[in-house]
This record gives sequence, structure tokens and C-alpha cells, in this order.
Amino acid sequence: MTKAPAPREITTQPRRSDRIFRRIVTGGGLSSLGILGLITLFLGYRGYEIIASEGLSFITSSDWTVSYDENGNVTDSQFGLAAMLIGTILSAIVAVVVAVPVSVAMALYLNFYSPHALKKYLIAVIDMMAAFPSILFGIWGFLVLMPSAEYWGKLLNKYLGFIPIFEVNPYIFTRSPFIAGMVLAIMIIPIITSVSREVFSQTPLDRIQAAYALGATRWSMIKAVVIPYGKSGVIGGAMLGLGRAMGETVAVYTVLNIVFQINFKILLGAGGNVASLIILRFGEANLFEIKALMAAGLVLFGLTLVINAFAAVIVRRTGSSGR
Amino acid sequence: MNEVKPTSPWKPSAKDKLRELVTFFGSMVASFTLVAVTELKGKLAYFVSFVFIYAAISAIYSFRRYGKATAKDSAVKVFIACGALLTIIPIASILQTIISKGYKGIRPNLFLSDMSMATPTDPLTNGGLLHAIVGTIIMIGGALILSVPIGILTALYLTEIKGRFTQPIRFLVQAMSGVPSIVAGLFILSAVVYPITKSSSGFMGSLALSILMIPTVARTSEEVLGLIPQDLREAGTALGGTQWRTVAMIVLPAAKSGLMTAVILGIARIAGETAPLLLLTGGGDRLNFNPFDDPMGSLPFYIWKSFLAGSEEAVTRAWAGLLVLVVVILILFVSARILSTRKVAR
Repeated sequence: MTKAPAPREITTQPRRSDRIFRRIVTGGGLSSLGILGLITLFLGYRGYEIIASEGLSFITSSDWTVSYDENGNVTDSQFGLAAMLIGTILSAIVAVVVAVPVSVAMALYLNFYSPHALKKYLIAVIDMMAAFPSILFGIWGFLVLMPSAEYWGKLLNKYLGFIPIFEVNPYIFTRSPFIAGMVLAIMIIPIITSVSREVFSQTPLDRIQAAYALGATRWSMIKAVVIPYGKSGVIGGAMLGLGRAMGETVAVYTVLNIVFQINFKILLGAGGNVASLIILRFGEANLFEIKALMAAGLVLFGLTLVINAFAAVIVRRTGSSGR
Repeated sequence: MNEVKPTSPWKPSAKDKLRELVTFFGSMVASFTLVAVTELKGKLAYFVSFVFIYAAISAIYSFRRYGKATAKDSAVKVFIACGALLTIIPIASILQTIISKGYKGIRPNLFLSDMSMATPTDPLTNGGLLHAIVGTIIMIGGALILSVPIGILTALYLTEIKGRFTQPIRFLVQAMSGVPSIVAGLFILSAVVYPITKSSSGFMGSLALSILMIPTVARTSEEVLGLIPQDLREAGTALGGTQWRTVAMIVLPAAKSGLMTAVILGIARIAGETAPLLLLTGGGDRLNFNPFDDPMGSLPFYIWKSFLAGSEEAVTRAWAGLLVLVVVILILFVSARILSTRKVAR
């Protein structure tokens, strides 16, 4: 007869294998903190010199010049991101303004209007669009969208030209922040749509049915129940889209004319973009200028991080604002 | 006794359907006439006038039959459907453009040779994108090795351990998914390339790509692991398993297809990433199997280079490259969807 194994000690302490397991998993989990911290640290370390010497004018001036003597040493340099930052924000705002109504309409359509058979395919198509590479949007935007968008820009200028931001002088419409914004809008529509669809679909069914029972039409139900419930989720989704639009590089580079001058006229073919600046200058930059580019990257990183953090907080609060 | 036939009054009758159809084509004709008569012109004018006329006709009909609230409802319905259509139009246009422009560049030598002996202006019979495909596969492989373990560990922390860092980590993963790809590139440049390797190589690209991939893998895996029934974990513990054994032998195998989905979505996320590769990989034109040395080509870099070269042949090459890239991403995407419909194996 075999002997029964010795009874195990009864304890609430995790076993050694579990302790190791928990430690490894916690370590893996904290890696995102580590990576974000390292990004800040290294970009800050490389860009520190530039930020320290430029001071506040790094974000308030818009000169970007480096001059060298014959030995290739830097004699004079000015780095200012103001035009780039304003350009980035401007085209991202255009993108959000265009994309939000379309995305909300799409999300409402998917949740409350579309035939059941169609819904599945539409969702798949939108998810697929989110996976399209940005270089595709860039090249398509340049070759296909830009001619049309230029025409839309001219229309806007013709009929709304009295509003200062729609002024165009000199008369150049090509490669404007507006066009970059349109390309970005198409890129962020899938993101905003899927966030909005998610929050709309969480609308409590009893409220929807209560609205119908009181004789609401579909639209008055949506207005009274769905929109108040999902509002903060949509705002969060829009901010996620804004963050994405600000960090986009390649798609903007192909359709935007980068000029080191602050420009608020969205239809004029002169804009700025931090991410595209980095690609634009990287090829010919020497080590000194690359430090400035690192500092620019740090600013961009901080900007998108703040916006994404806001977005995350807002999306999580969804539903608390509805009655 | 006379039988009562069940009716379904909520369903549109044949008359309703006919009316819908007449309204649709009627507004189409009306918009054509409007564009022909007035000085409006272009596709935009057709679209806008069609939408407004359609909305107006539906609203007027509903108003006469049911009243004000319903009129508003039918007008809004038209606008919402038009918003949905506006989302589909760019996708259709993009797909149509890639196919119509890309297929010209698809020929056998595209997959058999690299660009080391060809210039961008060469005819399409010269050179190909073999080096780019190989480079992309190697870089994605490298990124997979780095990011899948970290991503899944993060997801495990969020679903299995649920320690005091759960909320902060969930938040940080969210924040990390918003890191612009160019910043990831700059980070690797400043942290690895300048101080250590001092040259660009495929592996540097992998490092940057894995930063972009980790959040996607972590978030999708977290969702998948959250779907595993709690009973399975309790059963594992009740059988005397330690947490480690329960996770490794029960939870992870049960979530296998879902985790595959997470990995595939991660690959789809990074396959077309361009900006960091422009900074880090050098984008060689020669076939290169060594990720640690020498510049390495990749599909996005190839497309970018060909597009900027500007000549007709080069742009055709760029479209062919885009077609290949998009087909790869679509295949990944469809397989992810097929796998995820199976969700949880019990």
C-alpha cells in the first residue's frame, strides 16, 4: 500500500511559485509606466540643452534657423515651435469639427437605424478603416482628395470669406491646413465612430423603451435619452481623435505645405505641423538640430499625453451625465 | 368560425416600399434638374441637393400623414443615413484607387527581386519589393517577440492580479496607445541608436514598433481575458492549483483564440507604420536578412521612397506596394475576425 502524501500546510500565504508569478506579471504590467517614463526622460535629456537655451521662446517664437561656419560648426541658431504648434492644433481641430458630426451620425445609424444584416458588415468595414496605414491616407489624400478639397476650400472662401479664418491672401489653396484637416478627419472617423457606438449601445434599454412608451418618435427618443446619456462618451471619443490627429506624421506631411510662419487662415496653403517638421528636417539635420527635434518631440508627446488623459477620464465618466 | 390571420402592422407594406422608392428616385431626378437649371455644379452639388430634397419630401409626406414630430423624425433619418454614407464614401474611394492604380504594378518580378539594381525611374520590369517584404516580416517578428509577452503580462495583471496599480496601469496603457508614432521613433533614436548602436538597423525599427504594439495587444487581451468565466478560475483553485498553474493551464489556453486575435490586431496596427521606420531603419534597397546590421527595407519605407521619387514608374511602384500592404493587412484583419467570433473555448 502506498502511503498517502503528507498533508499540506494550511496557509493564506501564496506559494513560492505564485509569488514569482505575481512578481513577473506585476513587472510586466508596470512596463507601460517604465516606457512612458523613459520616453520623457530620454527626450528631455536630449532636448534639455535646446529648451534651456531657448527658454519660453521655444514655444512662442516661430523662427527655425541654423547657420554654420565653413567647418560645419553651428554659429547661430533659433528654434521656435509656435507656428508648428498652432498649425498642428488648427488642422486637428478642423479634423475633429468635420469628423464628429459624421461619426455621431454613423454611430446613431449603426445602433438605431441600420438593418440588422447590414450592421455587422458596416462595423467590420469601419474597423478595417481604422487599420489602414497612415501612408495610404497620405498618398490617397494627395492624389485623390486634394483636388476636391481644394475646390471645397474655394467654395468656403467664396461664400464665407468675410469670416477672418476663411480669408485667403495670397490666393493659394493647395496644401492648406484645411486639406490636411480633411485627410485627418477621414483618419479619425473610425475612432470616434467606434467610441460613440460603444457608449450609445450602453444606453439603458428601459429608458429607451420608456421614451417609446410615452409616444416618442425615434429621433425624439434619441434626443431625449441617447444623446444625454452618451454625450460625455462622444466628447471623450472626439478628444481621442484629436490626440490621434495631432500626432499624425506621414499623412499630414504629404498634403501640407510647411511654413515657419504663424497662420490662422485655414484655407491658405501654408501651415505647420510638429510631427511633419521632424520628418522634414531630420534628413538634413546635424546632431545639434536633432536635439531641437527631440525637444519638439517632447512637446508633442506632452501635448498628446494630456489630451489622451483627458479623453480617458471623460470616456470613463460616461453615463453619469444622463438622467 | 372565421380564422383571424396574424398581421404585422409595424412592417412596411408594399405600398410603403413603393412610396420610398418613388421618393428616392424622385429626389434624384429633382436634384439633377436643380443642378441643370441653376448655376450649381459638381458632385458636391448633386449630393447636397439630393439629400435636402429627399429630406424635404419625406418630411412633408410624414407631416401631412402624421404630424410635426414625425416630420422631424423622417428628415433627421435622412441626414443620419447621409452621415453614414459619408463614412463609407472615402473607404470605397480608397479601395477603388488602390486597386485601379496598384494592379498595374503587380507582376512576378515584384516578388522576386529587390531594388538594389534598379532606380526609381526604371521600367516596372526591373526591380521589385522582395527586400521590403522580407524587411517588414523581420521587423514585425522582432516587434512580436518584444511586445506580445509584455502586452499579455499587462493584461494578466489587469485581470488576474488586480493589485493596487490596476487603475493607474489601465490609464497608462490608454495613454500609451496615444503616443504618436514619430515620438516612439525619436525615443529609440535618443535612447538606443545614439548612445549604443550608432547606426540604423531593422531591430531599431522593431523596438519602436513594439512600443506602438504593446497597448493594442494589452487592451485586446484584457478584454478577452475578462470574458473567461470566473468559474474556470474558481474550479482551478478548488482543484488545488496555485494561481500560476490556474492561469497557465486553464485561463490562457481557454483564451487562446482571443489572444491570437489580440496579436493579429497588434500586427495590423504596426504593419503600415511609417514614421518611426523613416527615422530608424535606413531603408536599404538590398535584400537584408540581418536585423542587427545594415539598413533594412520595409514596405512603408519602399512606398514612401517611391512616392517621393515622383516619376510615373515610381508612383506606380508605390501604389503596387500599397496594394500589397493593404492586402496583407486585410488578410490579418479578416483572420482576426474569424478567430474572435469563436471567442472563448470552454
